[in-house]
Amino acid sequence: INHIVHNGGLYKRPFNEAFEETPMLVAVLTYVGYGVLTLFGYLRDFMRQWKIEKCQNATEREEQKDFVPLYQDFENFYNRNLYMRIRDSWNRPICSVPGAKVDMMERVSHDYNWTFTYTGRVIKDIINMGSYNYLGFAQKSGACQEAAAKVLSQYGAGVCSTRQEMGNLDKHEELEKLVARFLGVESAMAYGMGFATNSMNIPALVGKGCLILSDELNHASLVLGARLSGATIRIFKHNNMQSLEKLLKDAIVHGQPRTRRPWKKILILVEGIYSMEGSIVRLPEVIALKKKYKSYLYLDEAHSIGALGPSGRGVVEYFGLSPEDVDVMMGTFTKSFGAAGGYIGGKKELIDYLRTYSHSAVYATSMSPPVVEQIITSVKCIMGEDGTTVGEARVQQLAENTRYFRRRLKEMGFIIYGNEDSPVVPLMLYMPAKIGAFGREMLKRNIGVVVVGFPATPIIESRARFCLSAAHTKEMLDTALKEINEVGDLLQLKYSRRRLVPLLDRPFDETTYEETED
Amino acid sequence: MDVKRTQDYLYWLFCQFELITCSYLMEPWEKVLFYTFNLAMAALLLYTAYVFVAVHVSSAFQLLWHFPGKPRENALSVVK
Repeated sequence: INHIVHNGGLYKRPFNEAFEETPMLVAVLTYVGYGVLTLFGYLRDFMRQWKIEKCQNATEREEQKDFVPLYQDFENFYNRNLYMRIRDSWNRPICSVPGAKVDMMERVSHDYNWTFTYTGRVIKDIINMGSYNYLGFAQKSGACQEAAAKVLSQYGAGVCSTRQEMGNLDKHEELEKLVARFLGVESAMAYGMGFATNSMNIPALVGKGCLILSDELNHASLVLGARLSGATIRIFKHNNMQSLEKLLKDAIVHGQPRTRRPWKKILILVEGIYSMEGSIVRLPEVIALKKKYKSYLYLDEAHSIGALGPSGRGVVEYFGLSPEDVDVMMGTFTKSFGAAGGYIGGKKELIDYLRTYSHSAVYATSMSPPVVEQIITSVKCIMGEDGTTVGEARVQQLAENTRYFRRRLKEMGFIIYGNEDSPVVPLMLYMPAKIGAFGREMLKRNIGVVVVGFPATPIIESRARFCLSAAHTKEMLDTALKEINEVGDLLQLKYSRRRLVPLLDRPFDETTYEETED
Repeated sequence: MDVKRTQDYLYWLFCQFELITCSYLMEPWEKVLFYTFNLAMAALLLYTAYVFVAVHVSSAFQLLWHFPGKPRENALSVVK
């Protein structure tokens, strides 16, 4: 499965990533399905407008019917005609800690998903394949929980201030020193919300006259931060280093669009693991390009911190690179550490600047003390400083689970996207009816999965996304795999034609049209 | 036993049809409408095939069979 690399041996380990192409028949049938749903959507809209049917979605008031219409665009059409039909697969209320098994409240709908009522029954012990619980720290008992409970009785839950005013606790200082040591950087700063870390700090780093080169499939927080900053944004194809190099060359050669002055700063925004594709960024090549063209790198390790690397230190350790090469290392505590919040790590001057100029530091409430203690305890556990080998065992268990799960799913014949080592496993569904059917059938068999459709993914590439955890035992994975096999046969999801298509690695010029070669 | 298996298989095929055309997601009255339309279209297709295909195929065969023969003033007089 190793493909020939032409990039001068930057990789110390094989990089196995595959995105199998959509089979033609499946794509045609998916469009047929969407076509039928669109026709029925028009029919229902017609009936709602002529009052043949009761209108249950949001509309304008009678007096406002002559104004510019608010709900006529495609997003709203999709929402009331397609999303409403399969809405019961999302927003499911859980009523226990989201560990490897979770309890869910049962709900039914008597008017086709417009309203839900709870039956009162609690479905117990659903195998949780959807929570971002990579290292299994979402627990209600154990060292982390006891430490957090002690800090809660000491400090309380609220901070009642922003970081700059009176909200800077000694716990925050301790956390930041620990995170800096964990990542191998000079200094770090922690924020209360992972989304806000990206969207509020990118405007502090770049402004007008700077250039942002952002990956096609970046998260909404990065896109929002880039747009808020006012810099020029250029998009390169997902994980495609030839596209990135072309953009960098154009930027250096041509400069700013009208005045031709050189750009003040060029910032490359990438993520460690892309959660919708399960792909890992080609970090050695990005760093080589960054050094060659003298630009800065902003790495968002939301899903990869704790989940990749032999000791859980993220994608930088996974590739064996030095953290000094990445200028801004950002990550979140939500996924692998079982808490909430985000951090930014880098050089001391950068972090001191962000302490003063970041919107999040000045205006947002600082992190709650029990949450901080949960992070401190879990980071110490991963590093092994609490005296046990629990952290190391968890990281290894996650890697084993990932390899096993991906291998079994590929053998069964499903189309799985992404890198071999990423704990995020997207399984392609394609057809809109199968999105709803898959979610419901898996819940009937006591497995909770997250299914994703438009607009989070392209319209024909809807998928089910499994997030593996170190808390999953082999028995749980085997049960889940058995059920997935059954549902795959029932719904005919085994589309893979088992052709091992290597990823395109030669230069991407005007004569290449396909991303993969036959 | 075989009848049960064929019945299960046919039911599974019907479920695949439902999933592909998204009639799995429709409310019952929408399903009735959709199936009625589909069955009407299929019936029309079968009727057209029954009435016209036989005549067209036989006339095509006649034309092809008489090709090697000498041409007459009205070549189409072979076909009636």
